[in-house]
Amino acid sequence: MTPLPRWIDIGLLPAINLLLALVTAGIVVVLIGENPFRVLRVLISGAFSAETLGYTLYYATNMLFTGLAAAVAFQARLFSIGAEGQATLGGLGVGLTCLLLDPTLPPVLVVAIACLAAPVFGAAWVLVPGVLQAWRGSHVVITTIMFNFLASGLMVWLLSGPLKEPGRGSPQTRRFAEDAALPYLHDLLGSIGIARSPLNVSIVIALLAAAGVWVLVWRTRFGYALRALGHSREAARYAGIPIRRMIVVTLLISGALAGGMALNEILGVQHKLILNFSAGYGFTGIAVALMGRNHPAGICAASLLFGALFQGGAELNFEFETITTDLVLVIQGLIILFSGALAGMFTPWMTRLVLARAVRDG
Amino acid sequence: MAETWIDLLRLLDGALRLATPLILCAMAGLVSERSGVINIALEGKLLTGAFTAAAAVTLTGSVAVGLAAAVCAATMLSMVHGFACITHRGEQIISGVAINIVAAGLTVVAGNALFRQGGHTPPLASDDRFPALTLPFAETLAAVPVLGPFWGELVSGHTLPVYLALASVPVVWWLIYRSRFGLRLRAAGELPEAVESAGVSVTVLRYRGLLIAGVLCGVAGAYLSTGHGGGFVRDMSAGKGFLALAALIFGRWKPWPVLFACLLFGVLDAAAPRLHGLEVPLLGTVPVALVSVLPYGLTVVLLAGFFGRAEAPGALGRPPGRTG
Amino acid sequence: MAVPALRLRNISKRFGTVQAARGVDLDVMPGTVHGIIGENGAGKSTLASIIFGLHTPDSGTIEIDGAPVNNLRPVDAIGHGIGMVHQHFMLVPGFSALENIVLGLEAGFRLGPGLARARVRLAGVCREHGLDIDPDATVDDLPVGVRQRVEILKALYRGARILLLDEPTGALAPHETEQLLTLLDRMRASGATVVLITHKLHEIMTVCDRVSVMRSGQLVAERDVKDTSADELATLMVGHDLPADGEEKAAVKVRTVLEVSGLGVRDAGGVRLTDVSFSLRAGEILGLAGVSGNGQSELLEVLAGMRPVSAGNVSVGGRRIDHAHPASPAEMRSLGVSHVPEDRQRQGLVLPFDIRENAVLGRLERCGPGTLVRPAVLQARAETMIGDFDIRPPVADRPAGVLSGGNQQKVVVARETAENPPILLLGQPTRGVDIATIALIHSRIIELRNRGCALLLVSADLDEIFALSDRIVTLCSGRLAGPLETRSADRSVVGMMMAGLGGGATA
Repeated sequence: MTPLPRWIDIGLLPAINLLLALVTAGIVVVLIGENPFRVLRVLISGAFSAETLGYTLYYATNMLFTGLAAAVAFQARLFSIGAEGQATLGGLGVGLTCLLLDPTLPPVLVVAIACLAAPVFGAAWVLVPGVLQAWRGSHVVITTIMFNFLASGLMVWLLSGPLKEPGRGSPQTRRFAEDAALPYLHDLLGSIGIARSPLNVSIVIALLAAAGVWVLVWRTRFGYALRALGHSREAARYAGIPIRRMIVVTLLISGALAGGMALNEILGVQHKLILNFSAGYGFTGIAVALMGRNHPAGICAASLLFGALFQGGAELNFEFETITTDLVLVIQGLIILFSGALAGMFTPWMTRLVLARAVRDG
Repeated sequence: MAETWIDLLRLLDGALRLATPLILCAMAGLVSERSGVINIALEGKLLTGAFTAAAAVTLTGSVAVGLAAAVCAATMLSMVHGFACITHRGEQIISGVAINIVAAGLTVVAGNALFRQGGHTPPLASDDRFPALTLPFAETLAAVPVLGPFWGELVSGHTLPVYLALASVPVVWWLIYRSRFGLRLRAAGELPEAVESAGVSVTVLRYRGLLIAGVLCGVAGAYLSTGHGGGFVRDMSAGKGFLALAALIFGRWKPWPVLFACLLFGVLDAAAPRLHGLEVPLLGTVPVALVSVLPYGLTVVLLAGFFGRAEAPGALGRPPGRTG
Repeated sequence: MAVPALRLRNISKRFGTVQAARGVDLDVMPGTVHGIIGENGAGKSTLASIIFGLHTPDSGTIEIDGAPVNNLRPVDAIGHGIGMVHQHFMLVPGFSALENIVLGLEAGFRLGPGLARARVRLAGVCREHGLDIDPDATVDDLPVGVRQRVEILKALYRGARILLLDEPTGALAPHETEQLLTLLDRMRASGATVVLITHKLHEIMTVCDRVSVMRSGQLVAERDVKDTSADELATLMVGHDLPADGEEKAAVKVRTVLEVSGLGVRDAGGVRLTDVSFSLRAGEILGLAGVSGNGQSELLEVLAGMRPVSAGNVSVGGRRIDHAHPASPAEMRSLGVSHVPEDRQRQGLVLPFDIRENAVLGRLERCGPGTLVRPAVLQARAETMIGDFDIRPPVADRPAGVLSGGNQQKVVVARETAENPPILLLGQPTRGVDIATIALIHSRIIELRNRGCALLLVSADLDEIFALSDRIVTLCSGRLAGPLETRSADRSVVGMMMAGLGGGATA
């Protein structure tokens, strides 16, 4: 039970997990017959050049949202894996707002309403799983999986029917009005010479959300109750924490954060509603939260890492014949495996090591 | 009348084909969850099985080798799941998510490395796929009304994995309820401490449960890419592993009800395209996209406890209490 | 001289900072019932787990029938004829009694024939020991006493000749306890050896041949039961003469601050409390005695606002709590009711939280206005608590989980007494706590009483009840008896009340 020093818990252990994932992925690369160090070089240079950094940060924005969503739920020991569906619904919120209001309202107002609609729709999508978990004990893992599929079914139906742009074959809506979008950073800061990229104002919203999550979880009564509930349900009952309400509200906040992802993808980049824009970011969020130890600062760092992996991974397609960006997916899965499911593998070993040192140092 | 009968049989025939991977995966999930291990990694194992089978068949030309390879690959993933959540007592859900993602990535990476077709395997010729088996009397009975078409259209003419799937249900039922292994497995899923104190290793039991799950998922995967389909395409499991999980819950972790749930989901799946453009009074056009996700909706309703409660095994997701 | 059925030499076991067993030597002769008695936390259960191979001792040897055994695991222990009946039953829900008994010994891969043979053998074992159960009954449907019989049969069916019983009567009704003791007597007659681990003197005196007394992980004495007395054993258990009565018990008690009338509680598990009425007065300690599992926990939880009232009502501070008007824990606290819960690890503390955070568990809304948590306020509270109760190590940012049991309890008691509550509920305040901390907690309890606080003391330790209480009530099967004035109360009368035999006026 001796706690590990913080630098080990939030610094060394994630680093070891990352290393293990990279080494395992490296073995895959060797088996394919390529040089893993060359792959690594391409990943890094692909992610952090002047032209590509914006892309890296754009990917990281999605992961910030879904990573924070996962972390808030995990803090309360709720394994919600519904960020995919909630992000999808967030997109629907943005889409409906823009499609309905952009003919009449000024763009600024439309964007403002859309910025509210995304989290509200995301939260709404987790309301039923949350209530079922709180009052009927239906496992939120299973219900959120089901709701992911329901969300995608709903979108297929809407985009191939009621919301489809008339006269177009592919399932998507019409484009939103010209200015009903979050501005690109290269437009805002073009004067200081930022390269063109999909990076937009939503990264600022995501960072504000991260700060908000930190205050919420570590500096408010609500956050105290949330963490107490996560550690010990009985202690929460003793303390008089309204457990059911906490479960629902926590999941709603998680859903709202996941819905925020649509601000980046739909309101920031696509400017129309399309299918599958959540593209697995909901699951990446789980990796990000685990890697970042459910702490906003850690999540910011992990998002940057994963953003870099995604952007660098895209470069793999150009540089190699046999290795594609899907390698990043493997790395991502391995990171979840090592830092989540196998987190217990190193902790006892590390604790022994620390204890041994403590004994030696007297 | 006869035409309606034939039409119905064709629908059911299609449903059975679509239900086959669900049945195999759901039985896999049943064995592992009855031992206390949550298995949301069914999807990843199914996908891996599908890829491995198609790749092995492409390389060797033998469906048997494909089947064996699929079984091996899916079992290996099962063992990884076990290593994380049995040996290291890791969070079972997280481990499942990880395996699903690794499988989604690795199948495509390996596919690219081997075949350079964007993650697909080359399409398989029909000789390289599981042949349809014609059961005895299919010809003889053909002339008999009602029964003849029933035997010929629905029962006969499937590939080996379809029959394996159907056979897996009574086998799993027998194992779970009528064998020593099943008694211990169920006990491990309800109260692992009781099993430990009886001197039986929960670890070994749960690993065996996962082993069986791996084998069944492997067969399901082989069916997907070398029986039902002709080759592997990326993400070809397309949520079937999760649908099997839904069926498992829908059937309340009991073999026969789970089979029923799989067949029900299969019928919905088979019927969906036929409903396309169909006008229903009051409702208008049937939204096919919504019909295809109906099973998920039904499962949520069941989980909500509106028609009886879905009682999961008591110790699902929980490692045994004893640590020292 | 016969060879001991079980011989332990110099057994030691340490968990982290806790020395649970220290140099234990023990000889259990065949065909006897050997009692091991000690307070909660004395190391009895650890010793049982070591004998059964659940824990490996750090040092020492174990001999069974004269033959040394090494690296004992439960499987080996069973093979050597040791059977264990756990404090918490190990029965698989949904399984029949027969399936539970057979689990692990099914004889063959096919279950059917194995079960048929087992049924016959089980009938034989039942006859031999004079036990009677329905093998096909689902264990969930059986009463506790019968479930325990299934547990005993499980061990006997495995050929146990040495039976370890760890606090077997904790959850039993009085008549079930008597049945169990009779059964143990019969088993001795049929040649079995029994090790009975308990903290109840009555059981030792009734059924045991020989008794070993454990205190703080050590065996401090061993006696033939015929040569000892309950008084001597009690003194040996606590390690000093029982505290004398009468010191500073002169506090004035007139004002009733909490009134319970006709209280009934039922939940999914059945009826917990029936028609309970009593009053709690300022400046008194009301002791609630009783075998655990007779409704004490439920009563505490009702008074703490953690459990709804089914019938009757509770009046406190002008508020009347009944079925239609439930109170939350927060409301009870604002009515001045503080609560030291029975289980500090599960309820009283969030173990991964540090002392600062635990210092405000359940009291966050009283730490200043607004929704923000102020670290400085938490730090100040924690430091005051650490100083007042000498919590060690005196570091506020240590997780509660790394503290010793005594220091954990100090954190809970410090928090709950910090605001000088008018009413304090105490659930097993000194269970599993070291002697020094017990003394500290007891002195704080008396100090609070003298300052006019009304205390309800729930304890499984009758000595503690007698030492501290002004009046005593008991609960048995959810029914209250008493109160008795402690001055005029007789232990045997209270014992009878706990067993549901005695009466006494209701307050």
